[in-house]
Amino acid sequence: MQLDIFLQSIATLANAAFLTIALTVPSLMVGFIISVPLAFMRASDSRYLSSAILTYTYVFRGTPLLVQLFLIYYGLGQIEVIRHSPLWVLLRDPFWCALLAFSLNSAAYTTELFRGAIQAVPRGLVEAAEAIGMSRLQRARLIVFPIAFRTALPSYTNEVIGLPKASSLASTVTLLEITGVARRLVSETFAPYEIFLAAGVIYLALTYLVTSVFRLLERYLAGAEPKVARNTAMLSLRRVSP
Amino acid sequence: MNGFAIQFLHGLSMTVLVAAVSGVLGTAVGLAGAASKLSAYRIPMWLAEIYTTVIRGVPELLVILLIYFGGTAAITFVIGRYVEISALSAGVIALTVVFGAYSTEIFRGAILSIPRGQWEAASSIGLKSWQIWLLVILPQMVRVALPAFCNLWISLLKDTALISVVGLTDIMRVAFVGAGSMRAPLTFYLAASALYLLLTSLSLLAFRMIEQHFVVPGQLR
Repeated sequence: MQLDIFLQSIATLANAAFLTIALTVPSLMVGFIISVPLAFMRASDSRYLSSAILTYTYVFRGTPLLVQLFLIYYGLGQIEVIRHSPLWVLLRDPFWCALLAFSLNSAAYTTELFRGAIQAVPRGLVEAAEAIGMSRLQRARLIVFPIAFRTALPSYTNEVIGLPKASSLASTVTLLEITGVARRLVSETFAPYEIFLAAGVIYLALTYLVTSVFRLLERYLAGAEPKVARNTAMLSLRRVSP
Repeated sequence: MNGFAIQFLHGLSMTVLVAAVSGVLGTAVGLAGAASKLSAYRIPMWLAEIYTTVIRGVPELLVILLIYFGGTAAITFVIGRYVEISALSAGVIALTVVFGAYSTEIFRGAILSIPRGQWEAASSIGLKSWQIWLLVILPQMVRVALPAFCNLWISLLKDTALISVVGLTDIMRVAFVGAGSMRAPLTFYLAASALYLLLTSLSLLAFRMIEQHFVVPGQLR
């Protein structure tokens, strides 16, 4: 173990962390934006709608991310229509392929997460909102989602922590993010311990950063004590029902 | 594509083998990790804490790469000439380490969920420490740990695909080679997806049956 190689590679790899962040942050945002409507559809009473979404989440949660990434990066080019479409400019670029794969994968996990939380929102609250004349969209936006999001936050944090780690797969489609640069450095210097450990340190730092931010968010959102609110809601439900 | 059916079958058995071996070893590591996290001694507790924190904060791919290339460097250093560690053993070690870290947390939580009274009752009827663990704690813990353990097993199955990066001939590697030589990536990766989906679906079914086996009659879940 040579300390100078370790320190030097930390500096180089910290630079590569920008690409890791550039991959994870948009993937998370896109995944979030897709998953919220999907989660409502998945939690809806319509069986067809729900099972259609289930098919998507089941397939994406049941296969390795690496296969999904390779399907998009190598596989899509086999389809003539895509190769001749204007989208091809983006889809032949490994960055956009990785972004697409990570977004779809993250959306599948997040959808199921939010679905569970949406279904855990007490029925009485939704009925009360209906009774005072809120529209379906208003109920979802003002009542169901804020409560569900708070319930789902701890598991969503885990999902968010998982994504920078998952982004290491981008190195397999030639992207030079942290792991990609580490692999290149190792093949140049053959100092695997120093360099891969340095990469590990940077991932740990990223994980720590994400965890602290989300812990703050959890504490901020817990200001209204969701547990108490839920319990009183349950109580009132019990009183009303015959 | 026909010749590749047999290749895929070999890949499938390799994937199952790697997952099964690292699953069993990783479970053992997890039990040891949980026991040391809950032990009264400070040093094993801290070691287990460092182990789970570091491994859970680092990508699985990086662990595989570190053990593959690091293992090669270590063996070369010991023997004195260039010897490469096999992708199979590097992969199994790496996934065992990863599986052990996550299952430590699952088992720790499950053990903590067992009421204090169970320990006291067991020791008051004169059971020895190992008997308490084996006869009282473990059987009750399994039921609590199963759902999370099922999720972990499924992610282990999927993580085996990462070992193909260092050359293990599993499903993913067969698909990669086939896609390259037949110039039909879509077909081959879809076939690989179907195989992985088959494995994860079967696992889900199996775990549902095991979970039903462990349900305590009349107890709310």
